Amino acid sequence: MSRAITPAANPDMRKHAAKRQRQLLTPEGLALPLTLASRGARAGALMLDLTFIFVGLIAFLALLAALGFGVVGIENLQGSGNPVIELLLVGGVMLLFLSRYGYFLYFELGPRAATPGKRLLGLRVAARPAAGEAGGRLTAEMVIARNLMRDVEVFLPAFFLLGGGQQAGVAGIAAFGWLAVFVLFPFFNRDGLRAGDIVAGTWVVEAKSAKLQQAMSLAPDRTREYRFGTAELSVYGERELQVLEGVLRQDQPDALREVAETICRKIGWQIGAGDEREFLEAFYAALRAHLESGMRFGKRKADKHA
Amino acid sequence: MISLPFFKRAEIAPPPDIDAASLRSDRFRLAREVDWQRLDAIVTALEKGRPKRISDEDLLDLPVLYRKATSSLAVARETSLDAAALDYLEALVRRAWFQVYGPRVTLMGWLRRFLGGGWSAAVRAIWLDCCIALAVMIAGTAVGWLLVAQDAAWFYALVPGEMAGGRGPGADAATLRESLAPQASAEGLSVFAAYLFSNNTGVAIMAFALGFAFGIPTLLLLVYNMALLGAMLFVFAEAGLAYEFTAWLAVHGTTELLAILLAGAAGLHIGRAMAFPGARSVLAAAQGAGVRAAQVMAGCALMLVVAGLLEGYARQLVGQAEARLAIGAVMLALWIGYFALLRAPHERET
Repeated sequence: MSRAITPAANPDMRKHAAKRQRQLLTPEGLALPLTLASRGARAGALMLDLTFIFVGLIAFLALLAALGFGVVGIENLQGSGNPVIELLLVGGVMLLFLSRYGYFLYFELGPRAATPGKRLLGLRVAARPAAGEAGGRLTAEMVIARNLMRDVEVFLPAFFLLGGGQQAGVAGIAAFGWLAVFVLFPFFNRDGLRAGDIVAGTWVVEAKSAKLQQAMSLAPDRTREYRFGTAELSVYGERELQVLEGVLRQDQPDALREVAETICRKIGWQIGAGDEREFLEAFYAALRAHLESGMRFGKRKADKHA
Repeated sequence: MISLPFFKRAEIAPPPDIDAASLRSDRFRLAREVDWQRLDAIVTALEKGRPKRISDEDLLDLPVLYRKATSSLAVARETSLDAAALDYLEALVRRAWFQVYGPRVTLMGWLRRFLGGGWSAAVRAIWLDCCIALAVMIAGTAVGWLLVAQDAAWFYALVPGEMAGGRGPGADAATLRESLAPQASAEGLSVFAAYLFSNNTGVAIMAFALGFAFGIPTLLLLVYNMALLGAMLFVFAEAGLAYEFTAWLAVHGTTELLAILLAGAAGLHIGRAMAFPGARSVLAAAQGAGVRAAQVMAGCALMLVVAGLLEGYARQLVGQAEARLAIGAVMLALWIGYFALLRAPHERET
């Protein structure tokens, strides 16, 4: 039945997601589940950030240049010493510097601890707790350390490739291999840490926010029309209940029909056409009440095989 | 009037009729929903960096709301199978946790503590690495000097062409003396200073970042950069201009070389911690060292700003060797006094 209900759930994908699950212990002693960012998402965030920096830089430099030409005119640009031109040039040099080091620092020190690219992909930086300890605070020093390391991990290899360094013979190949160690570092550890994360004691986690959905049992009470016995309710466990919840929330007629048929076949019921949603709501409420009353006595049933 | 959706504050819906819910766990949830959504609104405002939007009442209630949400989550995990509500609560508590236990010090506050002793304390903490870096830098200078003294061809191998600018071995004293002379005016110097700062900081950051590979590339970088200086020094000494060259260099060099020394020491500190982690795990050792070294590095950027200004302005405007030496010596004394004497600030509960 689980296959019929979740045609899209790819077991391979679920396994990968489970690999990235970690626990964060709050000072209250509550274990919060935390999902590490996938390497792909992090690479994507970096690409986005680099694009933002690049586009922003070009726009800003164009503006500076336009200002410069506007002030002196193109013909007497040679006679430098114009204080305005000098100021613009200083601005340009400092901007290049800031875009390389300041962009990541500024945004990761903010309340979201994420650059715009990370935020778009629902990621943030967090302090990596030592094994078995409560999670700590993300400090300014950590953010500084992880972003200084970015220089060797991102900018040096990029400049190296752009500068055609790989054509420099043996030394070029050696340098390439050396830089590749940094670039490929996240692939050689379980947590996907890059060198900067190791030095700073941070990691990058998913920080998606969720919207509170409607409560499920607000639907009209149908315990009179549909009465399920214990035997019928013991067929399924918590996993199937969650899948059913998902189907009900998505509310797609085809899926509802398919699921209702599967359940009916399993428990030996017959329902009329058009009653699928009603039946599933009643079955959901009954199954949840059944499983939750079991929980209160310390009995949990993870899935139908348990 | 049309109400624009963009400006509408998210309103917290009143709870539906709690008794209408047939499941006990849903009644539990409906009774607490309003508190969760209040916390959600506060956390969202904090995340957006607009704490002013939060009313005083909400702000006072924040710790209570946070604890309520965590205890709701703990209870819901044991009694409820409402996956959507559990996901929401987990995400909410996680976000709230990041805000409640997030960095409480602002960037300005951090800067004040950093300059008021945090930096000097970090520098003192890595004194051994500073000594190693100093020894390596002196050795590098000596190597550069000796190599060029032995064979002038080494000079061209060490010093890139554009940097030498005609200041090779055997150049006549007049040319060399001219290269040390100040420029007539300050025109264009601010651009030069900005460029120098950006360039030098890049080198310093590299010296730090390369420390990750057990510090060896950092050592090589230090040796190479200082060998360059040694080679240059030899060329000027050969022409009898050692004193003038030292003075020319001292204006900004004491600050700049000290910054590079600190950056190298920071890199070495990480490298050493990773190579010899002792009883801790490599990860724990690297992290402890990394955070300490990052503080030193943040200060290096500041020192290099000063160095860039000194190099761009003071050196080009002040001509006498004595005055140049005095500036350099004063700067060195200031830095060393700052690092050695300033006590670490009281570690407040942050």
